[in-house]
Amino acid sequence: MTALLPLVVIVPLIGAAVALVAARRPRLQVLASIVALAVVVVLSALLFVHVDAAGGQAVEVGGWPAPFGIVLVLDRLSALMLLISSIVLLAVLVFSVGQGMADGDTETPVSIYNPTYLILAAGVFNAFIAGDLFNLYVGFEILLVASYVLLTLSGTEERIRAGVTYIVVSLVSSLLFLAAIAMIYGATGTVNIAQMSERLRELPAEVQLILHIMLLVAFGIKAAIFPLSFWLPDSYPTAPAPVTAVFAGLLTKVGVYAILRTETALFPGDELSIPLLVIAGLTLLVGILGAVAQADIKRLLSFTLVSHIGYMIFGIALNTVAGMTATIYYVAHHIVAQTTLFLASGLIERQGGSASINRVGGLLKASPVLGVLFFLPAMNLGGIPPFSGFIGKTAVFLAGADVGTPLVWVVIAVGAVTSLLTLYALARVWNMAFWRGKEEVKDYSSPLLDHVEERPGGTATVTRSRTLPSLMTWATGGMVVVSIALTVFAGPLYAFSSRAGESLRGGDGYVETVFPDGTP
Amino acid sequence: MSATLVLIAVMAVLYASGVYLLLERSMTRVLIGFLLVGNATNILILVMAGRRGLAPFYEEGIPAEDYADPLPQALILTAIVITFGVSAFLMALIYRSWRIANADRVQDDLADVAVRSGGASGEEPSVPDEDTEFAERTRVGLLQEADNRRDLETAIDDSADDDDDREFRRGRTRGTDS
Repeated sequence: MTALLPLVVIVPLIGAAVALVAARRPRLQVLASIVALAVVVVLSALLFVHVDAAGGQAVEVGGWPAPFGIVLVLDRLSALMLLISSIVLLAVLVFSVGQGMADGDTETPVSIYNPTYLILAAGVFNAFIAGDLFNLYVGFEILLVASYVLLTLSGTEERIRAGVTYIVVSLVSSLLFLAAIAMIYGATGTVNIAQMSERLRELPAEVQLILHIMLLVAFGIKAAIFPLSFWLPDSYPTAPAPVTAVFAGLLTKVGVYAILRTETALFPGDELSIPLLVIAGLTLLVGILGAVAQADIKRLLSFTLVSHIGYMIFGIALNTVAGMTATIYYVAHHIVAQTTLFLASGLIERQGGSASINRVGGLLKASPVLGVLFFLPAMNLGGIPPFSGFIGKTAVFLAGADVGTPLVWVVIAVGAVTSLLTLYALARVWNMAFWRGKEEVKDYSSPLLDHVEERPGGTATVTRSRTLPSLMTWATGGMVVVSIALTVFAGPLYAFSSRAGESLRGGDGYVETVFPDGTP
Repeated sequence: MSATLVLIAVMAVLYASGVYLLLERSMTRVLIGFLLVGNATNILILVMAGRRGLAPFYEEGIPAEDYADPLPQALILTAIVITFGVSAFLMALIYRSWRIANADRVQDDLADVAVRSGGASGEEPSVPDEDTEFAERTRVGLLQEADNRRDLETAIDDSADDDDDREFRRGRTRGTDS
């Protein structure tokens, strides 16, 4: 069963190769891409069931035994991330196929887009199953290089500008990560995470702290936590809708995943808990205040994305099993909800002709289906019961209340305010874009819009509204169904997250997975 | 673990100059900065490999401690390949940016300009000339650049079309001759 594990990386890469060779035959290319990702969805579902029954598994690539060869590790956390990310990637691919069929190849030129997208998928999957710090770095690089191409697709002036910011920032974080790997290798003589986990504990505390901070900064840039998050709202909104959706859903979560591993397998102590709690609080607050001031829906969502990373960092900073459990559930919820909202905003831009809440109106009348597709994930992200966002936030807060120090209570309060402000920002989008009549848009004034900033020089222009192709609507609808499934099956999923959180504790579960007979 | 002082000094110089260049505004310099910092990191990995030793080919009778550590070399190779790919992409990006804006500077984000000038701006941020350090990026500058760009693109298109054009014209002249 675990022999299937390398396939989750290999299949998208083969799919990318086929798609590249078939560059002149769009139908074959689309078919190859969809089949490749569908296969990965099936594989991850199988692995998910298997791992839950049998516990964590390690695969030694090429038959080389663990500390010498490269090892792939699949524990419950990786399995959940694989399953959710493969479903999201498939849905977004279908969405972009629908967009390509409707518009021709202007936004997502299929000959470049599909192979790059599959390589991005391979990088994401590789990062989730890497049992080796250097392999994690390679996974990051694969997905980053693919993301550079996707972000600067069709090379318009605005995308090049946004791309330069994104690329230079990512390069710096990668080099920092590589330097951290070099230092850790110098200190412990290994790049195997499990072996490192044992050896790092024997180092002097200050050396541990330096290595710990270097890794956190490198991953923090990728996860967009507060002082390192400035690049995200600048670069994401300019990309085509499906690209933004998949970046928002997955790329930052790969960073969060890496932080989760760092805090459990590598440095299980709580010496950085307090700085992390402060950062979580600031991320929540600064991000959401940015969101409240935005008129452009994509920019607004980018800021809420930054903000909600704070909930996950909060859960991690608590450093308890309950905190980890809540974080794992929240990550799953957030990937799905955020991606769905970005897809829905792509549809809004199509239907309304603009993504600015100053310019669009009357969408509920124009397309009731779009109303449902936006409303459900928006309420979900805002944390309204009974949706998964409510369950996730409650779980994070309860885990915090268990710890109960004054600082934790402050962060809980900040989290509750953030939740309300998210709801405010999204409800305003709903009021303006959906409830307001189309004829009211001109000369509309409302105290709600007083402090809203248009994106300067951006897409405030209104293009003609286009119809919604059924494939795009269905792909978004599929994601809404997945997010509702996260709510309906919250019980089993939460129990699963709790088993995953349990096995993360202290990093011992991870070490046992890789070295069942004791560390060499 | 012992390390060579020369390598450490080289690494420090590379890091320092690389970071300096990364902070420059010209994208070509950013690229060179990236290459320098990348190489500095490779040297860091090499330094972390520990003492020097024999090439790591297994021969009987040589004790294990005499070999150099082969793993960092493999890591460096991988890092070099990744740096190579990324710099190729960066060059393409710089070329594209030069084609579009006729400049290889990192472009100002209009939102940032608006924040800097302190205006709660609408879609057109008006930046007074004296308030910005990059006078050429103000509206006049932008117009100027758009002009330059158009000229440049015409020039490039002309040069690309030249051969066909000449062929075409020659054909037409011949046509009128006969």
